[in-house]
Amino acid sequence: MDANMKDIVLKYVIDEYLEDDSETLTYDSPLISGGIVDSFSMVSLKRFLENKYSISIPDADATPEAFDTVNKICVLVEKFAGK
Amino acid sequence: MAYSDDIRKMYKDTLQGIMDAGLFKQERFIHSPQAAEIDVEFPIGAPLKRVINICANNYLGLSSHPEVVKAAHEGLDSRGYGMSSVRFICGCQDIHKELEARLTEFLGTEDTVLFPSCMDANAGVFEAILTKDDVMISDRLVHASLIDGIRLASALHDTYKHNDMEHLEQKLQLHADKRQKLVICDGVFSMDGDTAKLDEMVALCEKYNAMILVDDSHSSGFIGKTGRGTHEKYGVMGKIDVITTTFGKGLGGASGGCVSGRRELVEMCRQKARPYLFSNTMAPVIVAGVLKVMDLIMHNTERRDKLERNTEFWRKGLTEAGFVLKDGDTPIVPVMLFNAKLSQDVSRDLFHEGVYAIGFFFPVVPQGAARIRTQVSAGHEMHHLEKALDAFIKVGKKYEILGKTKAEIIERYGN
Repeated sequence: MDANMKDIVLKYVIDEYLEDDSETLTYDSPLISGGIVDSFSMVSLKRFLENKYSISIPDADATPEAFDTVNKICVLVEKFAGK
Repeated sequence: MAYSDDIRKMYKDTLQGIMDAGLFKQERFIHSPQAAEIDVEFPIGAPLKRVINICANNYLGLSSHPEVVKAAHEGLDSRGYGMSSVRFICGCQDIHKELEARLTEFLGTEDTVLFPSCMDANAGVFEAILTKDDVMISDRLVHASLIDGIRLASALHDTYKHNDMEHLEQKLQLHADKRQKLVICDGVFSMDGDTAKLDEMVALCEKYNAMILVDDSHSSGFIGKTGRGTHEKYGVMGKIDVITTTFGKGLGGASGGCVSGRRELVEMCRQKARPYLFSNTMAPVIVAGVLKVMDLIMHNTERRDKLERNTEFWRKGLTEAGFVLKDGDTPIVPVMLFNAKLSQDVSRDLFHEGVYAIGFFFPVVPQGAARIRTQVSAGHEMHHLEKALDAFIKVGKKYEILGKTKAEIIERYGN
C-alpha cells in the first residue's frame, strides 16, 4: 500500500475532524465506531478521496465499516483506483 | 393491550437511564406573564417565588408589552381565534399578507412567507429549494432545527468548522461541481452568543457562486444599528439569499416564523415546503401581535439601544467579577463553568438568591463546556441587573470560581 496515501488520509482526518490538537490518531484508530467521524461527516471524506485520487466510490461501498480506519480507507481507495 | 408491561418497562428503564445520567429535564412552573420578574413554583408544590429572569429569549422585552397584548386582543376580536386551515386552502387572511410585507420591508429582502414556527421554516426550506444535485454546507454549531431540516433534504450535506472561513472555502472548492451550493449558518449562535462573519461569508459565496442561508432567530429586532439582524451588523443587507427567523424571541415571544429572501426561493417554499403545506396557518391573534411589534420597532431603536446598554453592563459586571465568559457582544452571555454538576449547583443556588438562570451541559453543549447561559433583555431595568450580578458574585464566591481560569476551574471540579 502507498505509505504516502496513508499519511495524506491521516492528515486529512486529523485536520478535518479533530477539534482538540492534543488528540492523536494512528492508521488503525477507529474513526466511525470510535465516534471521531459521524455518518454525516463521511460525505466530505468520501468526496475528498474521490477528488484527490480521481476515483468514484459507489455509495454501496462507502460503508461505515469500510471507512472505519485509515488503513481500511486506503484499501478501499486502491480497490477503485485501478478501475 | 398493545402497550404491554414489557414495552412499558423498556420506556421506564430508558427514562431512568436519562435520570441516572443527570440529564432529565424538569419544567419549572411560572404563574405570571413572561417578564424581567416572574413568579415561579419550583419545585412542584413549593410556594411561589418572585425571581429575576435572566434566561428568556425575551430580548426586546415585548413578550408582555401592553400594546402588543392590546393588539392581540383586537386581532382576536376582529379576525377570530383560529383559521382551521393551512395557508393555501382557506388560511390566509389580509393580516397574514400584511405581516409578510412588513417583514420583507424590515429585513430588506424581496419576499417573505410565514410558517407556524422557525423550526417549521427550517424543516421545510431546504427540501423546497434544493435537489439531490445540490450541496448544503453548514457551520458545525448550527441550531438543531437547521440540522433537522438538512436531514429531511435530499441534497448532499457537508460541514465546516465553526466560523472557520478557510475551512468553508475548502468545502466550497471541494463541492465546486455541484449544481447549487448553499452555505448555512446561524446569525447569532444560540449557545455561545457569537456571530457568523457574514461579510466574509458573502464574499466567499460570491467568489464560488454559492447561496447563503442565515437563521437570524437570535438576532432579528436587535442586532445591527436598527435591529434588522446580523446582515445589518455586517453590512450585507440585500446580499443574504435566505433569512429564516422566529417571532418567538425578540419579535414578541409568542410563536411563528418565516422564510424571507429571494423572491423565487420564497415562492418555492409556498409551492413545496411541507410545514407550509401541511401545518395550520399562524393564528390571527399572533399575527396581530407581531404586526404591533413591527410598529414598535420599525422606526424606533429605543428598545434595541437599551438592550445594547444592558448587555454592555452585564458583560462588564460579570467580567470584572472574575467569571469566565464566552467572547461576544450579543445579549447571549454564557458564564462558563465547564462541569455539568457545577452548572446545576450554581443554577440552583442562583434560584435561592432570586435569579432564574439555567445550567446547560452535554449534549446541549459540547462535553466539558457546561455553562449558565444568561440572556439580557430590554425589559431588564438596572436594578434587576445589579441584583442579579450580586447574586452571581455571591454564588461565585461560594464555589471559589471568581478570578479562576478555565484550567483552574476544571482542575477543581473536573469537566
